[in-house]
Amino acid sequence: MTDATTAGRNASQNGHGELPPDALSGDAGQGPGSGGLPGRLVRALAGLVQTRIPPADLDDRDPDYIRENLPGLWLLASLWFRAEVRGLANIPEDGPVLLVGNHSGGNLTPDTGVFTLAFSAYFGVERPFFQLAHNLVLSMPGLSFLRKFGTVAASPKNAKTALESGAALLVYPGGDHEVHRPIWERHRVDFDGRKGWIRLALEQGVPIVPIVSIGGQETSLFLSRGDRLAKLLMLDKALRLKVLPVSLALPWGLNVGDFMGHVPLPAKIVVECLAPIDLRAEFGPEPDLDLVYAEVVARMQAALDGLASERRLPLVG
Amino acid sequence: MRIVCAIEISAPCDLVWEFVSEPGRVLHFMAGMTRWEVEGSKDRGLGARYRMLMRVRSAEVGGLVEVVEWDHARDIAWTSVTGVDQRGRWRLRDRGREGSPRTRVEFRYSYGVAGAGLLGWAAERVAASTVRGNLRRSLQQLKRQVEHEQLRRAAAERRKRTAAA
Repeated sequence: MTDATTAGRNASQNGHGELPPDALSGDAGQGPGSGGLPGRLVRALAGLVQTRIPPADLDDRDPDYIRENLPGLWLLASLWFRAEVRGLANIPEDGPVLLVGNHSGGNLTPDTGVFTLAFSAYFGVERPFFQLAHNLVLSMPGLSFLRKFGTVAASPKNAKTALESGAALLVYPGGDHEVHRPIWERHRVDFDGRKGWIRLALEQGVPIVPIVSIGGQETSLFLSRGDRLAKLLMLDKALRLKVLPVSLALPWGLNVGDFMGHVPLPAKIVVECLAPIDLRAEFGPEPDLDLVYAEVVARMQAALDGLASERRLPLVG
Repeated sequence: MRIVCAIEISAPCDLVWEFVSEPGRVLHFMAGMTRWEVEGSKDRGLGARYRMLMRVRSAEVGGLVEVVEWDHARDIAWTSVTGVDQRGRWRLRDRGREGSPRTRVEFRYSYGVAGAGLLGWAAERVAASTVRGNLRRSLQQLKRQVEHEQLRRAAAERRKRTAAA
């Protein structure tokens, strides 16, 4: 079986649907992806990653495992990140809800861990809670435990399945674009114009709760997203990676790609849950996506500015 | 992890009992407690259930608890149904003499997460200072509120007698 065929089969299992041919093989006959050594390498890498992405199964979430691991997460959040989570009462007590967050901290996103701890402790591990993550995160060796925490591959199908099951779903629309933004943009909400989360909330008729966090981007010194480098190396085709971040991080010093992770600096992390938004109640029966996007991002940015104004020093908080 | 705190309050057991057994008052004197809500139709007594949360550093922890012992003006004990494993007890004992009511109030609280291993053991100990601090402040606040109520009632009684005379 070819790599591309394997990739296609696994893509349907993990919620990404059948990938279009050009998703794996470059620009359909043009450029280096269509043939030659670089093209074959890209296809091989894509196939390898796709085979490593586990099939999306909401049943992989294990409440007992989460419960037994909350103390460890609590130690990390309390002692290393001195985390603080506010406004959990803004999240509806039950039923499906789309939690939309700004994303920080590179491939190791401490704010996700902090929020997962806070959510599970507050509502109990019995309440189903899923998080969407990049394919690459789920395919990395040693990170399979994330599935037990309710992490599934980021795809519209998986998101829909999770919400239909009545779960709370955490998404980071900014994804790899936002999580690797340079350190000087750390107090900026940047979804890169992605609006799939709005369509999802409208289709499913679920409220949105914006989750704003600060501090995660100070756990490493991100210098550049490296988006041009990623394009040059065709990582967008092979790994759905639009960035190849360059940062200064422990223990590597200069860290390109952040594939091996890093030791996060002990920055204080504060997470704030904003008031829930019922899109149809607030923006009418057929909301304009651009308007909703602008409004929600503006609210999140205002909250992030507020959190930033409370911060006296980077890292210290 | 087990934590025990005690205090003596210059008030009769019955008055202290009014405070510790009334779910609506719990948030008024319990430090660090962010939620103590009645779950279900029974608001007090054996079998009453409460959804409780206490802020301990980076998280609000707790869960659903159920009253498993209810001895009027003496003991209330509860145990966890969901959430972290916990068991708590209010223990009231009369230490007063004629004309000088006094109650010894003991709060016993044990918590943990079964199966959490070494990290669970460490987390329990790290959390202990915060939980102990919360419980001590709670007892001090309880003492202040109960003794204030005792004085208020005594004053009201005096006014009533004066008015009658």
